[in-house]
Amino acid sequence: MPVILISDALIWLLVAGAVGFALYSRRQPHLAAPWSRVFASRAAGASLVVLSCYLAVGLLDSIHYRPALDAREGVKGAAYSSEVLSLLDAALTPLRGRSEKTYSAPLATRSYQKEQVELPDGKQTREFPRLRYGGAHLAREEGAPRDILATIGLGLLGAALAAALIAFVARRLGRRRPEVPWRTAGATLAIILVLALPMMLLARHYHVFGTDKVGQDVLYLSLKSIRTSLVIGTVTTLVLLPLGIALGVMAGYFKGWVDDVIQYVYTTLNSIPGVLLIAAFVLMLQVVIERNADLFPTAAQRADVRLLGLCAILGLTSWTGLARLLRGESLKLSQLEYIQAAQAFGVRDARILGRHIVPNLAHIVIIALVMDFSGLVLAEAVLSYVGVGVDPSTTSFGTMINAARLEMGREPIIWWSLAAAFVFMFVLVLAANLFADAVRDGFDPRVRVGTVPL
Amino acid sequence: MLAYIVRRLLYAIPILIGVNLLTFALFFVVNTPDDMARMQLGSRRVTPEAIEKWKAEHGYDKPLLWNAKEKSLTKTIFFEKSVKLFVFDFGFSEDQRSIGSEIRQRMWPSLALAVPTFLIGLLVCVSFALAMAFFRATPFDFWSVVLCVAMMSISMLFYIVGGQYLVSKVLHLVPISGYAGGADAVKFVVLPVAIGIIGGIGGSSRWYRTIFLEETSKDYVRTARAKGLAERTVMFRHVLKNGLIPILTGVVVVIPTLFLGSLLSESFFGIPGLGSYTIDAIQAQDFAVVRSMVFIGSVLYIVGLILTDISYTLVDPRIRLQ
Repeated sequence: MPVILISDALIWLLVAGAVGFALYSRRQPHLAAPWSRVFASRAAGASLVVLSCYLAVGLLDSIHYRPALDAREGVKGAAYSSEVLSLLDAALTPLRGRSEKTYSAPLATRSYQKEQVELPDGKQTREFPRLRYGGAHLAREEGAPRDILATIGLGLLGAALAAALIAFVARRLGRRRPEVPWRTAGATLAIILVLALPMMLLARHYHVFGTDKVGQDVLYLSLKSIRTSLVIGTVTTLVLLPLGIALGVMAGYFKGWVDDVIQYVYTTLNSIPGVLLIAAFVLMLQVVIERNADLFPTAAQRADVRLLGLCAILGLTSWTGLARLLRGESLKLSQLEYIQAAQAFGVRDARILGRHIVPNLAHIVIIALVMDFSGLVLAEAVLSYVGVGVDPSTTSFGTMINAARLEMGREPIIWWSLAAAFVFMFVLVLAANLFADAVRDGFDPRVRVGTVPL
Repeated sequence: MLAYIVRRLLYAIPILIGVNLLTFALFFVVNTPDDMARMQLGSRRVTPEAIEKWKAEHGYDKPLLWNAKEKSLTKTIFFEKSVKLFVFDFGFSEDQRSIGSEIRQRMWPSLALAVPTFLIGLLVCVSFALAMAFFRATPFDFWSVVLCVAMMSISMLFYIVGGQYLVSKVLHLVPISGYAGGADAVKFVVLPVAIGIIGGIGGSSRWYRTIFLEETSKDYVRTARAKGLAERTVMFRHVLKNGLIPILTGVVVVIPTLFLGSLLSESFFGIPGLGSYTIDAIQAQDFAVVRSMVFIGSVLYIVGLILTDISYTLVDPRIRLQ
């Protein structure tokens, strides 16, 4: 039975919007030209490949359903589990199902903690027990390093074949559209495959990034966190853009008391320290969710509402930077001759705004959008640490870091969840930053935005 | 000038009233005192008597805006909890301690951490940016920018956890966390300061570099080169001075907020400043403290805005305030 969480709907809406906007900009020379400049940059090519991989994982994780339970006698019709799964969960069933008891190191075959084990002859000893799944297919445990190396070799072989294919395709494409850096993009894809293929093969029998406190596979958790980051980074713009554009443009165009009121509102919002404002909103949201607990049939839906609430709050608190920028720019635009001509002809204000002002601000909006993404992803981690982030049951980089941080004092140190969160988050944010730089250079190198209040 | 400052101060009043109304709406209207009591008392099944008792103890048993019984505006939650903030009367926290004296006490550790981070960080970032601008379009510049972008992409949490692990646990150079007054503070503060600076290098230096590069393409720089000045003199004498104008005026706004300290560093390193106070209050859902910190934060921000305007006229005589 398919389940549509609100955030799923919004994500797919955004994807549709992005595709529509891409088609629209292809026909608009003033947007197509900067985009072609962006795509001619090597950094943009490489980062776009990385971002697409993240996006693919995130989108797979955004189609939810409730699995059918095995038909039982006496029950008419299909029964559905109360657990909400996504296509990604289905694809990663081996990772999701194979929980150990507690921590285990990456690629380990034995647990992190000693346990009382009964020997075949009835005696009891304390030792590190074998893992239930990690390396369980091996007849002899000592064969693990060789098995791991063989699997990695197999993965690399597959990656090499794929890389040859990519090189071939990139060369063909390069002849057709020489201005796009196909070689860089192809090389990035090949590097991702070199890393991902051996990992996928290893993940069949081992825990590549180890397991966490309750024995969940850290690789699985990291992949699940991607969706949370993407939702925070993109859905927030649904709140931020309308507010920022409408208020900024109105303040700049109408001037007078409209300008005063809008400026007053954003100075007031700005003057409250970002974290505190977000915290105040989130504490309030918690109470509202608590009070209406019966509105949400599953835990996933409750967590989803909390996630969306966080997006809305981040949007409400960070539109001020964009609005201020747009205000200045539309002040400047409204002095230009063509706007004054339109006013002299008696064109209605709404029409002037819609036809002449907002389209001329598109570049700033695009830059702000991509610039804010990485800031929002980083902000999520910090907010989860402060305790005003996503629902504790939602997997996110913030909750992962938070859980791992508490175990830093143990000996030997449990570094793997932290390392996994670090790697996945760093690559995502780095790619987003590089892409944002390329977009800014392509559209207008002088604009400086960055409005996330943390 | 004086008239301008007075006018700006007067303009601050409506903003503070706005902040106050917003926090009041967030904390009392949407989130009623009953909800607060239930949250503080823990479970969802609390007796109404317990809630009433909690409200009476904490002074939340009055009407929100208008006390119809006693016909007064002053015996209301709004007056007692929100209006009193204007005279910096913050009331008491959940554990019945005076928030005002707590803030006065915790301000110093916060400053001990925030001021060095700010000053040394500014110095490091400006020097690094100037070096990048000096060696522009060389491999050094390219790789420095790459380094900056990479450093920007790392969450502050990782800097803190990594630094704490490396310096305190592996190298045993400084204590992991804690704080002491006086000269002992140095050994507790040095690591968080270093981490705060390193965490901020990426973003700031890259920004300052673009500012310097913008300056180097201006006419006066060409004139300076044309009259035969060495590139070193051009950079230090002309570009640095002019580039510092946007940099300084840009950072002045944060100086007053240094009082609030750093949220993450303080709570990770166990420094008893205002940042960790705020985080603890958020986690304990101590609304009285959060409200006070919101108010102080906005006051300091507004002071920062005024200082920014004044600093413009100080560093750039072409600007006149009116």
